[in-house]
Amino acid sequence: MVEALFRIEDLRVDVPDMTRKPLFGAAPRLEILKGLSFDIPRGTVLGIVGGSGSGKTTLGRALVRLIKPSGGAIAFDGKDITHLSDEAMRPLRRRIQMIFQDPMSSLNPRLTVGRIVGAALGLRSGDRRVSEALEQVGLPAAFVRRYPHELSGGQRQRIGIARAIAMRPDFILADEIVSGLDVSSQAQVLNLLQGLVKELGLTLAFISHDLSVIRRLCGRVIVMQAGAIVEDAPTEALFEKPAHPYTRELLDAIPSPDPSIRW
Amino acid sequence: MSAFLEIRNLSARLRDTGERVLRSVSLEVPVGAVQGLVGESGAGKSMIGRAVLGVLPKAVEIVEGEILLEGRDLLKAKPSERRRLIGTRTALIPQDPLTALNPSRRIGPQITDRLVDILGWEKARATARAAEILAEVDIPQPERVMRLYPHELSGGMRQRILIASAFAAEPKLIVADEPTTALDVTVQKQILHLISQMQARHGTALLFVTHDLGVVAKICDSLSVLYAGKVVEETTVQKFFAAPQHPYSAALLAATPRHTDAGASLEPVPRAVLDAVSAEIAADDASWRRHG
Amino acid sequence: MLDGRGAVKRRAGARLWLSGLWLALVVLAAVFAPLVSPQDPLAQDLMLGRLPPFWMPDHEPGFWLGTDSLGRDVLTRMIYGARVALVVALSAGVATCLIGTALGLVAGFYRGWADRIIGRLVDIWMAFPPVLFAILLIAVLGTGLSSVVIAIVVIDWTRFCRVVRAETLNQSQMDYVHSARVAGFTRLRTLVAEILPNVLPVIVALLTLEMGIAVIVEAILSFVNLSVSTDAPTWGGMIAEGRTSIYQAWWVLAFPLAALFLTVLSFAQFGEGLRDRFDPVLR
Repeated sequence: MVEALFRIEDLRVDVPDMTRKPLFGAAPRLEILKGLSFDIPRGTVLGIVGGSGSGKTTLGRALVRLIKPSGGAIAFDGKDITHLSDEAMRPLRRRIQMIFQDPMSSLNPRLTVGRIVGAALGLRSGDRRVSEALEQVGLPAAFVRRYPHELSGGQRQRIGIARAIAMRPDFILADEIVSGLDVSSQAQVLNLLQGLVKELGLTLAFISHDLSVIRRLCGRVIVMQAGAIVEDAPTEALFEKPAHPYTRELLDAIPSPDPSIRW
Repeated sequence: MSAFLEIRNLSARLRDTGERVLRSVSLEVPVGAVQGLVGESGAGKSMIGRAVLGVLPKAVEIVEGEILLEGRDLLKAKPSERRRLIGTRTALIPQDPLTALNPSRRIGPQITDRLVDILGWEKARATARAAEILAEVDIPQPERVMRLYPHELSGGMRQRILIASAFAAEPKLIVADEPTTALDVTVQKQILHLISQMQARHGTALLFVTHDLGVVAKICDSLSVLYAGKVVEETTVQKFFAAPQHPYSAALLAATPRHTDAGASLEPVPRAVLDAVSAEIAADDASWRRHG
Repeated sequence: MLDGRGAVKRRAGARLWLSGLWLALVVLAAVFAPLVSPQDPLAQDLMLGRLPPFWMPDHEPGFWLGTDSLGRDVLTRMIYGARVALVVALSAGVATCLIGTALGLVAGFYRGWADRIIGRLVDIWMAFPPVLFAILLIAVLGTGLSSVVIAIVVIDWTRFCRVVRAETLNQSQMDYVHSARVAGFTRLRTLVAEILPNVLPVIVALLTLEMGIAVIVEAILSFVNLSVSTDAPTWGGMIAEGRTSIYQAWWVLAFPLAALFLTVLSFAQFGEGLRDRFDPVLR
């Protein structure tokens, strides 16, 4: 058994429900995550799948501690990070990186690519390590002087990946990173990510609403519905013999590019 | 039966730079058929739908070609005639159900307005028709829903209402512009089934704009694959998925994920294919300029 | 591609150069006033009262834009008036900008109790009628240039605070801010290095607008005799005096009014032009 990089136990997140807030007093709490438990072993790729409102994005943001859990525990590399303050979290940040869904909003529009990638390392944009990171994601070093809006969607998403891997992290969370891309860029980004996982020995959590992009990349898949895990299985088993009705529904709903398969 | 919509040699360009955005596009949609328009972002697939409905962005101008609706050329018709033809014969199912409905008006009038103002129906008849068509798309208690505001309904319900609204006036042609892109897969399946059902029952022709070859495989009869405003392949769905003819459309199909196949790898469109199709387009542009 | 960026850029050039040219002229006139003025701004000569500008009959050489009813040279007084206008525009504009921006950034980025306190303060502040507030302040502080500047700052910081807070709030929700947090940056660094560059275009536009407003407010206060001493040349004071003799000597009113109008317009256009020229997102 490989040692777990992340260990999540009974993770809960709730938010105040402002639509049902009484005039005086606190709003009732709305449960977003209802007690999730799972491990992410070192060097594996975990898929997290679910529809909108399933809580998959909230789960991701809790893992990288952008939001504070209201219950349960998150252990990273044996250290409990559930309630660490921003200050105490900072030394760990380099090791836990994230790639965002919308590369337009996740890249500062008024900074050059060189500064965006370099800032994470505390480097100047001309530094060799910045161009190395760009090369690793298949972009020319000349891109350091470009601004995000001058790039295509696929190129922007590669910048997001370069920024994450430049920190040499142990763990990367990828939140719906191909959902806004054309199929060709999507294939490029997925292949790139798969190569990097192998090459750098990354541990990756890949959030997606689309099961069809997960099959080749992930070793194991968690299916979420309404804030709970309904199925947690190795990828092949999940695709061949889905156990939960919701997983079956998700699989059946994918329009495969083959008119002979009934839908 | 002949084509209900026929586009012949349609070319359009940007007003300020003169760059061609549609390159001699020709296609036919027979009565009651579902025609897919597929391509990556920027391929001009939405532009064709917009040209048919007469709502191209200001920056784009049509430089040549014909858009024939029941044999009459929309581009040569007088503006009032064109508005009447488009208003009575066509409808749109838009992409984003969240912004396509006016948030500060009730559902009912948003459906009946068109019937009353453009088709000149009586108010009572329009209201009855709206209730009838809402029931047809499986909306429970249509009379109650017509009194609600959009924010009181879920995304899936709103998309149903937009579909009902498109079919309300019994148009002969509906342009569906990526109608399910913003939805979850499970909801997408329901909505696409609903569109198919309604289309078959009413015998409406459908021009279906999408980036997803999977969706095309499920609901279209034939398709046109676009690259940079040019139709690189036009064929039936059966033939296309059996053996795509053009290298670019074959590459596009290879890049589309197949979850049913464990060993399937995703191949991005190869550089060589893009170079070849770009060269084809450049040659095309050169000969177009010589003739024009 | 479809947004006509090229067209915007061409217009931005003309706008930036024209407004910049006028502002440069005003600055030069103000700085070198004693050297370039043809006359003494305070010298009165009743024998030379209400002389017309140089292209009209009966004009006197050396008095290019005519004289007022006390025989003071209009051009000279306008040049000296530019000094007052610029001092007010710069000091009041910059001070308002600094205070309002700092509070707006803090409120919009840190939220919580800081936002609640600043928000309430702005609400209360905006409930005062601004002109009465200014007059009241000057009544307490006494007339004078510094009182005018203080009055403008005290009243107008809310303009910056509200807009900067809204924009900061907006930017704080963008993923690049989350990304900075994931990278382990401190909150302060995120605010200064990530958010501020994105709020800066709004701040620059507001600052130039505020400079224009400061010039107008000074003119208004001069007009009602609440600015610097009545003898000293200001554009507002000249307009007030010119009003009484508009039928006999329209030029006493018209020239300072034109200078005021052009300066205020130029400040606003200069701000827009700067943004169109230097904002990487628009470029």
